[in-house]
Amino acid sequence: MPTEVLMPALSPTMEKGNLAKWLKKEGDKVKSGDVIAEIETDKATMEVEAVDEGTLGKILVPEGTADVAVNTPIAVILGEGEDKGAIRATKPVQQQKAAESAPPAKAEKSQAKVQEAPAPQTASDPDIPEGTEMVTMTMREALRDAMAEEMRRDKDVFVMGEEVAEYQGAYKVTQSLLQEFGAKRVIDTPITEHGFAGLGIGAALAGLKPVVEFMTFNFAMQAIDQVINSAAKTLYMSGGQMGCQIVFRGPNGAAARVAAQHSQDYSAWYSHVPGLKVIAPSTAADAKGLLKAAIRDLNPVIFLENEILYGHSSPVPKLDDFVLPIGKAKIVRPGNDVTIVSWSMGMTYALKAADELAGEGIDAEVIDLRTIKPMDTETIVTSVQKTARLVTVEEGWQQSGVGAEIAARVMEKAFDYLDAPVARVSGKDVPMPYAANLEKLALPSVADVVEAAKAVCYR
Amino acid sequence: MAVAQKTPSADTKPVADFSKEQELTAYRTMLTIRRFEEKAGQMYGMGLIGGFCHLYIGQEAVVVGMQMVLKDGDQIITGYRDHGHMLATGMEAKGVMAELTGRAHGYSKGKGGSMHMFSVEKGFYGGHGIVGAQVPLGTGLAFANRYRGNDNVSVTYFGDGAANQGQVYESFNMSELWKLPVIYVIENNRYAMGTSITRSSAEVNLSRRGLSFNIPGDQVDGMDVRAVKAAGEKAAQWCRSGKGPYILEMLTYRYRGHSMSDPAKYRTREEVDEVRTHHDPIDMARQRILEKKFASEDALKKIDGEVRDVINEAAEFATHDPEPEVSELYTDVYR
Repeated sequence: MPTEVLMPALSPTMEKGNLAKWLKKEGDKVKSGDVIAEIETDKATMEVEAVDEGTLGKILVPEGTADVAVNTPIAVILGEGEDKGAIRATKPVQQQKAAESAPPAKAEKSQAKVQEAPAPQTASDPDIPEGTEMVTMTMREALRDAMAEEMRRDKDVFVMGEEVAEYQGAYKVTQSLLQEFGAKRVIDTPITEHGFAGLGIGAALAGLKPVVEFMTFNFAMQAIDQVINSAAKTLYMSGGQMGCQIVFRGPNGAAARVAAQHSQDYSAWYSHVPGLKVIAPSTAADAKGLLKAAIRDLNPVIFLENEILYGHSSPVPKLDDFVLPIGKAKIVRPGNDVTIVSWSMGMTYALKAADELAGEGIDAEVIDLRTIKPMDTETIVTSVQKTARLVTVEEGWQQSGVGAEIAARVMEKAFDYLDAPVARVSGKDVPMPYAANLEKLALPSVADVVEAAKAVCYR
Repeated sequence: MAVAQKTPSADTKPVADFSKEQELTAYRTMLTIRRFEEKAGQMYGMGLIGGFCHLYIGQEAVVVGMQMVLKDGDQIITGYRDHGHMLATGMEAKGVMAELTGRAHGYSKGKGGSMHMFSVEKGFYGGHGIVGAQVPLGTGLAFANRYRGNDNVSVTYFGDGAANQGQVYESFNMSELWKLPVIYVIENNRYAMGTSITRSSAEVNLSRRGLSFNIPGDQVDGMDVRAVKAAGEKAAQWCRSGKGPYILEMLTYRYRGHSMSDPAKYRTREEVDEVRTHHDPIDMARQRILEKKFASEDALKKIDGEVRDVINEAAEFATHDPEPEVSELYTDVYR
């Protein structure tokens, strides 16, 4: 059967173009891949190839013709043994377009409306059996124990990063892991964040379970393309075939007097990205239980620690396998007058502020978010339905921050319960200054939280 | 004005002859890729394929020759010009084409498209759209082989354009430092989009790019499938025996534009025609087959017909396969 050559599109948006030139004439032999004509638009030129082997039987659109609609037959190729008599009348052939085979746009829209993102289902904290011994330890030790326990449990888990092995960790979080697990599983990398983040993701695609330490998350900006484009998106892009079980961990946010390039909070950055989970604990017990959960989670997890909190001690249950659920906030201090939501370092301001507020007769409920993504909206909304007032506390910048996200969710789901606008306490909108007095001003303070809480209580 | 690199010479090194079976298998696979890409180009022109579509026409000998040296468990990873790699690993034309048209039975259920396809079964790790990003990933696949103590290799493909990305050299450093079994196959088709290698690279001999990391490298005639296989075998042996990474620079050429909307202003038609006429990997294979009487004209015609049928069937399937269910929007974000 004769084969029609159609006017091709240079891009999905092109509707018509000019037939600039025929490179073959009627009667010429052509084979698949031969360039037979040139078409052009104002942007580009493109070669038209023969779609089949045969003879160029008839040119339907002469060269020099302008504004030829895409998919118009421009020539006919005759197969072996066919002659011109086989060419049909030259009526344009309707090509089935992808869009036409789809259900009508309207139907799709209404379908899409009922199709909402599934809400995350997360179990509550496991009950700690009564009489469980609590051991006071630093968050640093709790994190180390979490990694060691998971490495004992699963030989596919390994730790890599700068100075994690022989130096014993730049912040001593990986202390003694090398001695127990050896250089095969505790790997010092060169200073090459982009490279080792990608290498870790490749190893995870092959089925290993890397824990990649960034000396601080400030340096992870060198690697953020790999974290987002390779780790977070591959499961989706592969239609669920190939996922990436990997944890990126390290200190995040301001430390002390290290200035702008070493003092940045990435909570909002990573929590923007579908495919990632983001955790930021404030206590040793949460750090341990959540890091163990993160290492076991089948998805890429960003585990944001805090340098100042590394040295803080708190009780950790002495259990063989203490694992906490990802995506579950915790009411750390119940109260009735105002809800204060924070996480990580922000919790230190929130809890001190709650103490001060109690002295002034304001009974604050303090929620530790613990996981930034998926966010436990339910716990926050339930609390706000009780207190009718909300303050968020974060060290990060305000615009497009986690506080902004919480405020939006509460507005959407508990608008009628609010007795005051949500107040956000955050880092100031400046790069972190070095001078001690300015640094203090740039960060949120207990006084800021107290003031905000009083403001939403109209006190 | 910059001068494009000379046409690769077919006789830089003596090449071992293929057996009849090898010649015919390579011919059929290269032709399958060629016909698939021609069909994809046509379907793009008809509006059936959206977005970006980077064709592999001209470079077929590279993936086909390399695939001939691989064994079960070896991994393959590449950038966005990936259709040929997938077909070479044995992924089905139907599934690849249906992914190009964004349909339910594409390899990624229509959610990946031309640049993002994967097959756990065939050891194909993508399909990556960010230039050079596959290089650390491929190095990580090799890391996993070493961690598990097997003798598999990771074949990590990238182009002359990606060869200027920093993460490539971060990967070179770690792979040699840790003796990881990775073959870096640099497909030098002479143009990074529209920028010729002489306009983009201070050192145009890309096989030397591993020198300061002590990684050996060879320059290979990437238009001759036999030369590719011979070089691949040497590199694979090096990697499997625990000596670390190896670089193969494949001197090749893409006949088509960078993507479908290439203005083709940066090189002459004469340059393209010269390679097409004198160095085409498929024509050369065909000629050898006829000269050595491995097959008759008629027998080759029969192969051509069979290949055409496979591609036409794939196109037909990809045109009529339904789009993914609306419910697929929210699946596969987490597992």
